[in-house]
Amino acid sequence: MNEDFEKQFFELQKKVNKLEKGTKDQLSMVVFSGDLDKILAAMIIATGATAMDMKVKLFFTFWATASLRDPKKKVAGKDFMSKMFGMMLPKGRNKIKLSKMNMCGMGTAMIKGIMKKNKVASLDEMFATAGELGVEINICEMSMNLMGFKREEMIDYPHLNVCGVATFLADASESKVQLFI
Amino acid sequence: MTTEELKNINVNKVVDARGTACPGPLLAAKKAIGDIESGEIMEVLSSDEGTKHDIPRWCEKMEHEFLGVIEEDSYSRLFLQKA
Repeated sequence: MNEDFEKQFFELQKKVNKLEKGTKDQLSMVVFSGDLDKILAAMIIATGATAMDMKVKLFFTFWATASLRDPKKKVAGKDFMSKMFGMMLPKGRNKIKLSKMNMCGMGTAMIKGIMKKNKVASLDEMFATAGELGVEINICEMSMNLMGFKREEMIDYPHLNVCGVATFLADASESKVQLFI
Repeated sequence: MTTEELKNINVNKVVDARGTACPGPLLAAKKAIGDIESGEIMEVLSSDEGTKHDIPRWCEKMEHEFLGVIEEDSYSRLFLQKA
């Protein structure tokens, strides 16, 4: 009888542990798009989530990786394709454009003006805030390789890591909220 | 709480987040709430319309008590008690 009870107790304990580990108050977001408007949305949600005391993990992949380049950093030793990609893709978050109504850069310039007027923080300010608040940025290594980006040319950000899809999946599976932008 | 009660409430900390847009006021509130003790009252000033909905929801999640809002001409004053 006593043994039975003990067995049940341990099983319950196992289940509770599993549940506790299950979902955290955490936001996992895939940032795929490299457009100004979408990255802006991602950063607003990310910083907002930290105000809600959520842990935030962003997974930057594909076009979005270009927005994490530091225009001041130069890397030597790239092959021809990487150099081409490097030239074609925006060099950092201040070079990215609106997904709609870009109008050869006029729309992008206008929206930046309107943002200022409406006192919406700029991307520079948002990244700084996100860094202070502990928002984690993980860059997809495969995307970086495809675009020919190197770790050394990425921005100085306090919580920046290079990782693979398994990291995102592991983070996402224990997050209450998952988003794809 | 009624507007009269709110007007006479003893506020421990005022956060002026006028001049920032979403999520500015929320981040300001989150930063400032660390400076006060449990049970103390904080007032958030915001000119951002959305904040009026955001702060009560934020309080709900963080288990602070939202006390109410006083509307001024170009901004609102939101009151809450720290959990």
